[in-house]
Amino acid sequence: MSAFNDVKTYTGFRFITLLCVFILYAPLLVVTVYSFNASTSITVWEGLSLRWYVDVFVGPESAKFKQAAVNSFSIAFIAATIATAIATAAATAIVRGGLFRARGVSLGLITLPIMVPEIVLAVATLIFFNSIGFDRGFMTILVAHIAFCIPFAYLPIQARMQGIEDTYEHAAMDLYATKWQAFRRILMPLMMPGIISGFLLAFIVSLDDFIITNFVKGAGIETLPTAIFGSVKQGLKPNIMAISTMLLGLSVVMVTISYFVSKSDNTK
Amino acid sequence: MAGGAPSGGSSASDTYAPTRHWLLAPSWFVLGFFTLAPILIMLVYSFLTKEFRGGVIWEPTLAAYDQFFFDRGLFGDADPTLQWTYISIFWRSIWQAGVATILSLLIGFPTAYFIATRPEKSRALWVFLITIPYWVNLLIRTVSMKFLMRDEGPLNDFLMNIGLIDAPLHMINTNFAVQMGLFYSYLPFMVLPIYASVERYNFTMSEAAADLYASKFQTLRRIVLPAVKPGVIAGCILVFVPSLGAFLAPDLLGGAKNFMIGSLIEEQFKGNAGNWPFGAAASMILLTMVMTILLVFAGQQRRAGQDT
Amino acid sequence: MNESAELAVDVRDAVKRYGTFTALLKISLGIRDNEFFTLLGPSGCGKTTLLRMIAGFESVTEGAIYLYGDEIEMLPPNKRPVNTVFQNYALFPHMSVLDNVGFGLEMKGSSKADARKRAGEMLELVQLTQFANRKPSQLSGGQQQRVALARALAPAPKVLLLDEPLSALDMKLRKAMQIELKHIQRETGITFIFVTHDQEEALTMSDRIAVMSAGEMQQLGEPRDIYEHPRNMFVADFIGDTNLLEVSVGEITNGRVLCQIGGANALTCDAVEGVDTGAQVHLSVRPERLTLSDTTMSSESLKGTIVENIFIGTDINTIVDLEGGPQFTVRTSNSDRGNKRIIEPGSPAFVNMETGAARLLVD
Repeated sequence: MSAFNDVKTYTGFRFITLLCVFILYAPLLVVTVYSFNASTSITVWEGLSLRWYVDVFVGPESAKFKQAAVNSFSIAFIAATIATAIATAAATAIVRGGLFRARGVSLGLITLPIMVPEIVLAVATLIFFNSIGFDRGFMTILVAHIAFCIPFAYLPIQARMQGIEDTYEHAAMDLYATKWQAFRRILMPLMMPGIISGFLLAFIVSLDDFIITNFVKGAGIETLPTAIFGSVKQGLKPNIMAISTMLLGLSVVMVTISYFVSKSDNTK
Repeated sequence: MAGGAPSGGSSASDTYAPTRHWLLAPSWFVLGFFTLAPILIMLVYSFLTKEFRGGVIWEPTLAAYDQFFFDRGLFGDADPTLQWTYISIFWRSIWQAGVATILSLLIGFPTAYFIATRPEKSRALWVFLITIPYWVNLLIRTVSMKFLMRDEGPLNDFLMNIGLIDAPLHMINTNFAVQMGLFYSYLPFMVLPIYASVERYNFTMSEAAADLYASKFQTLRRIVLPAVKPGVIAGCILVFVPSLGAFLAPDLLGGAKNFMIGSLIEEQFKGNAGNWPFGAAASMILLTMVMTILLVFAGQQRRAGQDT
Repeated sequence: MNESAELAVDVRDAVKRYGTFTALLKISLGIRDNEFFTLLGPSGCGKTTLLRMIAGFESVTEGAIYLYGDEIEMLPPNKRPVNTVFQNYALFPHMSVLDNVGFGLEMKGSSKADARKRAGEMLELVQLTQFANRKPSQLSGGQQQRVALARALAPAPKVLLLDEPLSALDMKLRKAMQIELKHIQRETGITFIFVTHDQEEALTMSDRIAVMSAGEMQQLGEPRDIYEHPRNMFVADFIGDTNLLEVSVGEITNGRVLCQIGGANALTCDAVEGVDTGAQVHLSVRPERLTLSDTTMSSESLKGTIVENIFIGTDINTIVDLEGGPQFTVRTSNSDRGNKRIIEPGSPAFVNMETGAARLLVD
C-alpha cells in the first residue's frame, strides 16, 4: 500500500513484479528439485537422491552426453575466443576509427546475426554449406558459431569502449607511445571488463545454441543441446533434469561472474 | 538482439583511423561469408527446384513460392487461388507471437516500473534477478515448462492437491502452452528496455500531474506512458520478432496441432520428405516480415530523434 | 471568530522526521490572504520540506496544516486546491505548451476545448501566446519558467507554491522575473508562498519573510524589519552583511542598554527582549551604518587601523582592524563625498556608529 502522498508507487505493481520473478524461476526450481528425485518415474516423488546425477556420468547414455559436452565446451571456447578477438578489432575501428562511409554498414553487418531470426540463419547456413559442398560436422558448427557469436561479443565491448575517454590514449601518445602501445597498455586494460563480458556472453550463447547447431551439424555429431533435445523427443527422463540443473548452475555462475566483472569499473 | 541499431559512439574519435580497414577485415570476412552470403544463397535456393531427398536441382522455378501462396498440390494443375494452408500457419504464428507480446507487456511493464522505482542500490540486484533466467539455455527453459505443464506434471498435482481442480488441466500441446512458452522465453526482453526508459523518467512530472489534480491512473496514462513509449516499443519488438520465428516452444509445447513458422521451416530440412526450396522460400518470407518491422521501427526512431 | 479562517495557510506545530533525522522541529506560522510570503534559508534548512508538506508530497509527522480554515495535511496532493511551480519546471515534454497549461483544468473535469481556452488566457498573462503550439523543449529556460507559472495559475488555486523557481535563470532574467512575479501576484490576488536561498531576492519580493535554519524558524517579519532588527546571529549574518562585536550587557535604563566592549569602550543601544544584564552576547552593526573619521568623534568611537579599501562598484568596503577587537567592514558609498573620506591603509582611524545602528542579538 502506498502512502497517500507518494506519487511514484502504484498498488499491485509490487505483486506483479513478484509474480514475474516467480514465473521466471518456478519452472527452473521445479526441474532442479525433481532432478533429485529418487524415483525412476519423473512424476512420482520418492525422496532425495543423487542417482540421476550419477546416471548422467556413468549410466547408459553417459558416453553420448560426455562426448556432446566435450563438443559443446570446446566449440564454445574456440568460437568465443575467436569471436571476441574479431569483435575487439571491429569495435576499435568503429568506436575509435573516426567517421567513415563504411562505418554504418559495418555496424549493420556486425549486428546482422541478431537482427535475423535464428531459424533463418540456420537455414541459410545449411544451404551455404550444401552449396559449396562442405561436409557437415564439427567444423561447420564451429564456423557457424563464430559468425553469430561476433555481435554478442561486440556489444559489451563497444559499450565499454565508448565509455572510456580517448584522453587516456592521447596522454600516452603525448608521452611517446606508439598507437599499438597505447592500445595494448592503455585501452586494452581499461576495456578488459567489456572484453571479458563479451567473451562470457559469446561463450554462453554458443554453448546454449540449439537451432543453428541442429541444422548444420549433420548426423554424426551432437552437442549438449542437440543431445538433450533428442533425448526429450523420446520422452522426458530424469537424467535430463539432472543435466538441465547442471547447465542451469553453470549459467548462473557465468552471469554472476559477468556481473561482478562489469561492476569493477576503475575509470570512474 | 539489440533494440535499435547501436550508434557506435557520439564523439568522432579517430585514434586508430589509419588501421581501421585492417581491423574491420576479419569481421567483414567472417560475417560476409558465413552470414550475408548464406542469406543471399538462400534467396537463390528459393527459386530452385527441389530434389527428392533433400537438396536442390539447379533449375530455376517459382514452384516454392507458388506452393506457399497457392498450394496447387502434387501436379499443380488447379487454378491459382490464394490458399490458406501455409498462409494460415504464418497467420497463426503472428497471432501467437502477438498474444505472447501482450502477455509480456501486461506483466513486464509493472515489473519494469516497480524495479525502476526501487532505491538505487537494490535496483541492480533486481535487474540481475530478472536477467539470470535469460542466460539459462532456452532449450532447458522450454523443457522445464514442458515438465511443469504436463497432465501428470507438478502444476496439475499442485492444483489438485489444493482442491482448485478435480481432474488435471490439459495444458500441454495447446495454443495456451505455446503462448506461455513464448512469453516465458522472452519476458526479460520486455522488462529491460522498459526499465531503462522508466529509469530516465523525471518523476517530478508525476508530482506536477498530481499537483494539477490528476489521479494516479490518469498520471500513468497521460504522462508516464507517453514518456516511456520508446522503451515499451523496443520491448514489444524484442518479444514479437523472436516469437515469430520460434521453433522450440511450438515444437516441444505445441505438438503436431500447433504448427508455427519455425516448425514449418524445420520440417523442410529433415529427412527425405523435405522441400528445400520451399523451406528457403518460407524463410525468405519470414525474413522479409522481420526486416520490414525493424525498418519501420528504425525509421520511427530516426524521426523521433529529429523532433527534439 | 475563528482566527485561522483569515489565514490562507496556518501551519501548527508541524514536525517532519525521516527515521532518526528531524527535518523540521515544530514549525508554526500563519500566512495571510493575498500575501507574497517567502521561506528563506540555506540549503538543508527545511524550507522545501515545509513547502512540499503544504503541497502534499510529504506527510506531516506531527502537527496540522490548515488552508483557509480547512484541515489538509491528510489529503493527497491531487485533492488540495494548491498548485506548485517546480524548480526544474517539470513541463510535460510530449504535450504542447497550450496543453501543458490546460492540464490541471482537464484533470478537474473541464473539456479539452474549455481547458484550451482558459490556457490561452493564461498564456496571454505571461506573454507567451505565440508559443502555444510549440513543445516545451523548443523554449528557452526563461520561457519554460513562465509556462510552468501559467500552468500552475490556470486552475485558479487558492495558494501558489513556488520552489526556487528562478534559481536556474541568469542574473538579468532573474531580476526581470522577480518584478513580473510580484506583478502577477498583485494582479491575481492569489497568495504566493515562495522558497529561496537568495536573501536579496527575498528582500526584494516579499511582503513577509520567514527565515529558517536547521529545521527551525529563526525570525518572521517584514523585510525591512528583519534586516534592521535581526533577532539572532544567524539572521544577522545570513541577511546582508554585518559586523559582530562581543559585549557584556550592563545596566538597562528606559529601554537603553549600556554595553561593555573589551576593556574601556562602552556603547549604548536599544534594549532587546530576552537579553538581560550580565549576559555575554553579540552586537550587530551593518557596514553601511558605520562611518570613518581620522579623529575621535564621540565617546563611542572605536579606534582601529585601516587594513584595506576595496572598491566594489557602488560602494567602497573598508576593512578596519579594531584595537583589541575583531575586524570591521565599513561601507561608504562611491560618491564624491564618500571618496573624499578615503583613509590610506596602515593609518589609524575611528569607526563611528549611526544612532540606532547597533543591535543586540539574542544568541
